Amino acid sequence: MILALAGNQNCGKTTLFNALTGSNQHVGNFPGVTVEQKIGTVKKTRDGSDVKIVDLPGIYSLSPYSNEEIVSRDYIFNEKPDGIINIVDASNIERNLYLTLQLASLGIPMVIALNMMDEVKSNGGSINTKKLSEILGVPVVPISAAKGEGIEELKDVFIRVVENKEKPKPVDYCTGEVHRAIHSLMHMIEDHAADAGISRRFAATKLVEGDESMAKRLKLSQNEIETIEHTLIELEHEAGVDAQAAIADMRYDFIQDAVGKTVTKMSTDSKQHKMSVAIDKILTNKYVGLPIFFIIMGIVFYLSFDLIGGNLTDLFETAIDAGIEAFRSWMTDFGTNPVVISLLCDGALKGIGSILSFLPTIIVLFLFLSIMEDSGYMARVAYIMDKLLRKIGLSGKSFVPLLIGFGCTVPAVLSTRTLSSERDKKMTIMLLPFMTCTAKLPIYGFMASIFFPDHTGLVTLSLYILGLLLAVVMGLILKNTLYKGKSVPFVMELPNYRIPGLKTTLLLLFEKARDFIVRAFTVIFGASVIIWFLQCFDIRFNIVTDTESGMLAQIAKLIAPVFSPLGFGNWRAVTALISGFMAKEAVVSILQVLTNKDTAITDIFTAASAYSFLVFTLLYTPCVATVAAIRREFGNRRKGVMVALLQSVYAWVIALVVYRVILLFV
Amino acid sequence: MKLSELGVGKTAIISEVKGQKALRGHLLDMGLTPNTCVTVRAVAPMGDPIELALRGYRLTLRLEDAGNIEVEPVSMVCSGNCSSCASNSGKRGKRS
Repeated sequence: MILALAGNQNCGKTTLFNALTGSNQHVGNFPGVTVEQKIGTVKKTRDGSDVKIVDLPGIYSLSPYSNEEIVSRDYIFNEKPDGIINIVDASNIERNLYLTLQLASLGIPMVIALNMMDEVKSNGGSINTKKLSEILGVPVVPISAAKGEGIEELKDVFIRVVENKEKPKPVDYCTGEVHRAIHSLMHMIEDHAADAGISRRFAATKLVEGDESMAKRLKLSQNEIETIEHTLIELEHEAGVDAQAAIADMRYDFIQDAVGKTVTKMSTDSKQHKMSVAIDKILTNKYVGLPIFFIIMGIVFYLSFDLIGGNLTDLFETAIDAGIEAFRSWMTDFGTNPVVISLLCDGALKGIGSILSFLPTIIVLFLFLSIMEDSGYMARVAYIMDKLLRKIGLSGKSFVPLLIGFGCTVPAVLSTRTLSSERDKKMTIMLLPFMTCTAKLPIYGFMASIFFPDHTGLVTLSLYILGLLLAVVMGLILKNTLYKGKSVPFVMELPNYRIPGLKTTLLLLFEKARDFIVRAFTVIFGASVIIWFLQCFDIRFNIVTDTESGMLAQIAKLIAPVFSPLGFGNWRAVTALISGFMAKEAVVSILQVLTNKDTAITDIFTAASAYSFLVFTLLYTPCVATVAAIRREFGNRRKGVMVALLQSVYAWVIALVVYRVILLFV
Repeated sequence: MKLSELGVGKTAIISEVKGQKALRGHLLDMGLTPNTCVTVRAVAPMGDPIELALRGYRLTLRLEDAGNIEVEPVSMVCSGNCSSCASNSGKRGKRS
């Protein structure tokens, strides 16, 4: 059997999912969209039945207004799960039950997992679950996902409910004119609803709420649509009822009544709530809120890219290099063909090694990010940063991904998954390559120390600022062209602060690491072998001894004239740029390899063309790991490649402009 | 008056929710329905968005979107517990 796990954001859904399925998880995408879908197999069911659980996105309602809501609705209607587990945060029960009422009217076997019961109890509160279950017409199981309490009982109940096909008992929360309108529509659309496999009650309610996508899904005739419109107009003008508001109001009234009869203590009286309010007096404070945020991010960056992550990466690198060398000498002793040794060691292993050495940094960075997310601080960051990002058509939620972009674009792209709208996500990804990642920093340092020895800091800073300025320009362009329209309404909950669960965090890190390693062994592996091949063979497929006669250099010589207007139409510079596609660090190492006492780097570049080269490096196609990540998030190979090509084009244009402007002055 | 004009620390009862269908639907779903009492708790450091308390939880909203919500200020201090507020505003009697 397949069950859908549905619930609000911040109600412990992921924790429950992990508690039920452990590490038996499979990550994929929901049909037709790039929204991540997690499927897990429930471990150790008492009667040995095979139960799969699909984790739906965190939603507040089943309206068709946000990406997550549409994905969840489509999943339920198209894939028809055998049952629904609705997780409800008992410490914030009123708003959580709003979704419950809608889920219960779907006519699918359902169980409510009343989470955070430990928190309610520790505050001296209680909830009469038996009575709540009677009122809602759905079994209610009190649990604490974080402490693993009530999980076994929950399993027993949902297996029983699904096996006996116990549908929720219909609950009538509507009264008066709206009630009559819903019932008359229920009769009218009965056949359509049966054909579409949707409960008529749910369908009729959504139609009265003015949900046009429901009319489409039911395949209503023009005549029927007009009848519905007429009913709605009648409601609004003759009875003076605003159906959309009235239905929301009635749901909340019903819930308030139910809560009044079953819950003894209010959520705002809880220790957790009071503590969160107190913490927010500092963290979102008018004066110190922003400085504290930057200090926190500074510490996170220092730890991820320097103290912990950076040093671990260095260690990793040394270990990998040693491993490769050991392997090389072992194979040489064995008498393996030198070409094969070179393919394995210089091509494949070195490519994978250079990517894998990023792993510690990425893991440490994600550890901090997941702590920020799960503790509830990320919502505060979005809240305090929103005004700034709105100017370029994004919301505060995009701030952290953009900031991570200064570290490494790959985790930054992955972290855009937390953004609720598809539009915001894609737009943020498009802006990410403008943030100078740490791999580009050595190139700036190397070139600046040779050509601008007195102003290295200034040159580096100017490139960072140029990237930011261009990101703003690009944001404004995207906002008015490709991604017209506003970002989704910024209506965001500020959840209570919580201590993140160890298990949830570890599982997330494990997932990220696996994801990254899989990528390293597929896309990046392929790209490394291609670059190695181009470097080591000439066009007649003979092995070359120096890089100059290799295919890569030949290709570079062919392309080089394209870069003449930019001041560096030199095959050495172009070879470095092509190699930079593998990893930006390669630009410096290739330049060093290709320059010697015959051709010094100062023979290839002038100060002006060196700066133009840096501008091009800042902007052109990101490294292959990033392109692979972008491609995956866009869910479309062509678009991923398009983004990469497009970037090279405007990098060329902007470097040209910068170069020509500099020439005017020197 | 509009919710966006309500000062920090002030409490009001929602009288009408306007705006485009998607935004309006979203606001209603989050519990900003007519006759609900809502308190403006704080303003973000840059002056926008605002932080609200309603129905026992906290919500942030941009001033622009809050401008779609018409409210009537009340003098009482909101505890976030809307049942006490609703009884004062005669919510139970005002059903359509």
